[in-house]
Amino acid sequence: MNSEKFEIKAYPEMWETLGMDVERFDKMRLMLGDMYAQSYLSQKNRPDCMGYFDNMIAEIHGGRVQELLDARQKGKPVIGTFCVYIPEEIVLAAGGICVGLCGGSQGSIPDAETILPRNICPMVKSAFGFKVGKVCPYFQAVDFVYGETTCDAKKKTWEILDKLVPTHVMEIPQTKRPAAVDMWLSEVKDFRDKVESIAGSEITLENLQEAVKVMNNKRKVLQRLNTLRHTDPTPVSGKDVLLIEQIAFYDEPVRFAAKVNELCAELEQRIDEGVTVQKRGAARVMVAGVPMALPNWKLHNLVEGAGAVIVNEESCIGTRYYKDLMTEDGGDMESILRELTSRYMKIDCSCFTPNDERIDQVLQEYEESGAQGIIHYSLQFCHTYNIEEIRIREACKKEGIPYMFIESDYSPEDVGQLETRVEAFLEQIAE
Amino acid sequence: MFVGVDIGSRSIKAAAWQDDALVDYRIEESGFEPHEQARVMVTPYQAINIVATGYGRHLAKEHFADQIITEIKAHGMGVHALLPSVTTVVDVGGQDSKVISLDTRGKVANFQINSMCTVFAESEVISMKNRGIPREQIARAVHSSVADRIIAMLNRLGVGESVAFSGGVAKNSCVVQMVRDRLGNIPLTVPENPIVIGALGAAIAASRLGEA
Repeated sequence: MNSEKFEIKAYPEMWETLGMDVERFDKMRLMLGDMYAQSYLSQKNRPDCMGYFDNMIAEIHGGRVQELLDARQKGKPVIGTFCVYIPEEIVLAAGGICVGLCGGSQGSIPDAETILPRNICPMVKSAFGFKVGKVCPYFQAVDFVYGETTCDAKKKTWEILDKLVPTHVMEIPQTKRPAAVDMWLSEVKDFRDKVESIAGSEITLENLQEAVKVMNNKRKVLQRLNTLRHTDPTPVSGKDVLLIEQIAFYDEPVRFAAKVNELCAELEQRIDEGVTVQKRGAARVMVAGVPMALPNWKLHNLVEGAGAVIVNEESCIGTRYYKDLMTEDGGDMESILRELTSRYMKIDCSCFTPNDERIDQVLQEYEESGAQGIIHYSLQFCHTYNIEEIRIREACKKEGIPYMFIESDYSPEDVGQLETRVEAFLEQIAE
Repeated sequence: MFVGVDIGSRSIKAAAWQDDALVDYRIEESGFEPHEQARVMVTPYQAINIVATGYGRHLAKEHFADQIITEIKAHGMGVHALLPSVTTVVDVGGQDSKVISLDTRGKVANFQINSMCTVFAESEVISMKNRGIPREQIARAVHSSVADRIIAMLNRLGVGESVAFSGGVAKNSCVVQMVRDRLGNIPLTVPENPIVIGALGAAIAASRLGEA
């Protein structure tokens, strides 16, 4: 796709009916389009199959939103989320749609700061600001927002957000003890009841089994993509894989899986032919830490702009979303819900204590990805990841893995200094 | 002759390296077109290779430099060439401060960069002034807070066995003495011409271009 021609398509009439601030949103659309063209379309030698994902960005404020509105028209639940703990299988089984909400942009933070404290996580502020400013079509199109208790900033913001859009909060346990698992199971059932009440019908066993297959397949193709990019030299940029991991949160899962599979086939061919995006010998970096919500491409832009390539994201928008599957060997509703609960309990979010599994997971992904160093990326004021970082750092030191910690937000203020730090880290890896 | 140029936030430093020695250097204000200023400064040397470092390194590479390295690597190389036994480098410049750990070969083992955050210091100074605190005491407090920040960074990264202090602030003997006092038994050395250490490191890197 030609970078000069790229534009995110405008749907002013639809936005009007969604009650959005159309004039302002139209400016944000143009800015996002420019940002995308600069970051993505300027890359050389991209796989052809990225065209589908370029189009998902071009249609981010229209085509996909229309699909959500059509689904709602048919009485299907549409649920907004920020977290990989949402039991997507249940939403799918009810014929519904799960969609990741906007929360990765600096543009909406001033809106949030008219109400929320300034010194909380930028993702929470950005998301809340999108709703306050009426500048996220997804927020405007959902039946309700799924909230969870993975951190204090989110947990308390849901109370304020609930006044603007109905927000259903699931309690996420903080430990993985048996009582906590039972509690989570009862939360899963509450969530199922909530989704059923919107759908107006009960979820059948058959539909749930089918939904499990759909989600497993989606996660499997993402695993396949991640394994292919681990090849040295890697056939696809880290930026492009991050984009796909971001789009995974709002695209239709069956279509998405098919498109990622097409890309994987192209990547296999590129591997055979030795086609790469970065120069051979480019430093290989793994990122671990917090999610990078669309359009947060800050770190990937810096690292790949400096000539290195990112080969893994140990993150919610990354492996944490797709590393675990469910069994498909049947059973009744109760046993599938139990199995679902235990699948979600494997997610190694830093909200858990202790969370030793994550330390092992980071080391394992480092090994599998063939990276030469790890950058731990945290958002400002994300206490759980910022403190857990200490343990990751210690583990890397013990294993002799080059390691750097970056704590940042969505503003461009620290880009100059981060550029120096990233380049110095790459110099360290090179020596 | 091999030339290093360090385009910093406040000033530009150029260093010329020949036969394993620093043979010349110059320092100028950054001005509004730092890369042009830097180009003028390095032209007389008729360098074989030029390596740029500092905030302006990327622009320098677009215009005239053969290669770039970060300030981190440059200060590490510069200090290691002059003071081979030093394991830790503190560099405090116009915009930020850095602490760099070196291995025995002078390679960067670890580093940290912090903003000096002068805006906050300024508001504190204004409030002290308006409480009638004498200027000598305020000046001392400012120096002391810079020294405290340097020590905090050193403690976080690991002080090592021997510390060198480079960058413009190393010319401030009061800050140097305060850091020295806080380090106790660990020796602190200020190299000759601490301001040009980054440029010197870049010049040494220029002499090694093509080697690897």
